[in-house]
Amino acid sequence: MSILVIAEHDNAELKGATLNTIAAAKAIGGDIDVLVAGSNCGAVGEAASKVDGVSKVLVADNAAYEHQLAENVAKLVADLGKNYSHVLAPATTTGKNMLPRAAALLDVQPISDIIAVEGPDTFKRPIYAGNVIATVQSSDAIKVASVRTTAFDPVAAEGGSASVESVDIVDDAAVSKFVGEELAESDRPELTAARVVISGGRGMQNGENFEMLYKVADKLGAAVGASRAAVDAGFVPNDMQVGQTGKIVAPDLYIAVGISGAIQHLAGMKDSKVIVAINKDEEAPIFSVADYGLVADLFDAVPELETKL
Amino acid sequence: MKVLVAVKRVVDYNVKVRPKADGSDVDTANVKMSINPFCEIAVEEAVRLKEKGVVSEIVAVSMGPKQCQEQIRTALALGADRGIQVETDAELQPLAVAKCLKAIVEKEEPQLVILGKQSIDGDNNQTGQMLAALTGMGQGTFASEVNVEDGSVKVTREIDGGLQTVELTLPAVVTTDLRLNEPRYASLPNIMKAKKKPLDVTNPEELGVDIAPRTKTLKVEPPAERQAGIKVADVAELVEKLKSEAKVI
Repeated sequence: MSILVIAEHDNAELKGATLNTIAAAKAIGGDIDVLVAGSNCGAVGEAASKVDGVSKVLVADNAAYEHQLAENVAKLVADLGKNYSHVLAPATTTGKNMLPRAAALLDVQPISDIIAVEGPDTFKRPIYAGNVIATVQSSDAIKVASVRTTAFDPVAAEGGSASVESVDIVDDAAVSKFVGEELAESDRPELTAARVVISGGRGMQNGENFEMLYKVADKLGAAVGASRAAVDAGFVPNDMQVGQTGKIVAPDLYIAVGISGAIQHLAGMKDSKVIVAINKDEEAPIFSVADYGLVADLFDAVPELETKL
Repeated sequence: MKVLVAVKRVVDYNVKVRPKADGSDVDTANVKMSINPFCEIAVEEAVRLKEKGVVSEIVAVSMGPKQCQEQIRTALALGADRGIQVETDAELQPLAVAKCLKAIVEKEEPQLVILGKQSIDGDNNQTGQMLAALTGMGQGTFASEVNVEDGSVKVTREIDGGLQTVELTLPAVVTTDLRLNEPRYASLPNIMKAKKKPLDVTNPEELGVDIAPRTKTLKVEPPAERQAGIKVADVAELVEKLKSEAKVI
């Protein structure tokens, strides 16, 4: 068995999600190659070659791959993937965008968001917003799967010494162009990888009040998240959304503030080790999953929490 | 120009489903079914493009058993012009759906195909991307803004770090995110009118598509149950518990 892992990166650094994906590849077993497709991404290839458990790094360095447009990268992944038994990518927005396209080009049915490896062709994945766990077996010759990164502990970023090869295939479908991007700037840890997450919901009432959460977050070295209600109300940008259709997090500590705990939100955080809920409605569903519940007005409790930490 | 919108019949988002006792499948008997929320957003976007005068015809398509005609009628009541049902009682996986859609795209030749980014039952988030691959079209996934220009479409996408804008040559595939729009409600007169709109029925065999599943569900089970913990009296007790009992801060 040989596995191709598609690296998550921004042309400058290898993202942590890649390490979780390599962990899933290790659980399958076999040689693990990593593909870095980008532009001027030599440093990323270098970093990938040091990752524990990697046999070979393939670097496809070309302007066509600069923004990892799915149309171009998927074709490359399908071209290379033919020689592997498995193709894996992290279930990030980049992975989810590209991988099904590559799978269709290979004429296989991909498996999204795997949370466990039961065998080389058998995986567990959540369906119905995480209310059901399905065990699925693939009959395709090439197994294409995206990996829920929070379900696998990352492998060590150091200790490996893989060879680096450059790939000279240039796939430019010429049907899409990158126009621009607006990325949220933040000094706080990345939401999906943070050890502590504090999230606000509709109960925060407005965007200014999120300052209270930022203060607590800064004391705890935490990332700040939000429920869909808080995002839709315009309190915070949508890249902060935790839930079925937002980001999936599983930190050591998740503090839910003014969040009722709808099915769709729980889907994004209920694998956290310890859940704390602060809500003035003691009937709120969030209390049914919280290890520590505090029935209180968040406008009193959160500032007090900040002073006591 | 013509737009094709794919809609799916799913268990209503407010229903908490459970696996059957024998673990063979999810229990969907006597459960409220609705149009998938992301598909509803796709229909709304198509209707808005028509209201802007960019689009002249909207074709809504759904696949599955006879009952999915209800969801096509919903799309027609929201403003789609006609419907196509691909009838089958067999299990349909995203690859099969994408292949059926490809066959319909070849027949209808739409300039734009709009789908939801994922269905809330399978949570796959695959069909749009696969259709784009099979037809060779560009894809604008997780769209929160769509602007059709001359011969191309600009799509603002929700990505992990924020927003990204891409420009796609038409014809193209777009999949919707929640923040693309706020779907309207179908009025009673429109629901009545929708009953008279044309709805063609075909099937995978007529389309020449092999829908054989590629993955088998061995079992379904409930996730590990989380037990409700304790209620603390005040912030001081909360901090104390997190420090000494949970040891997370």
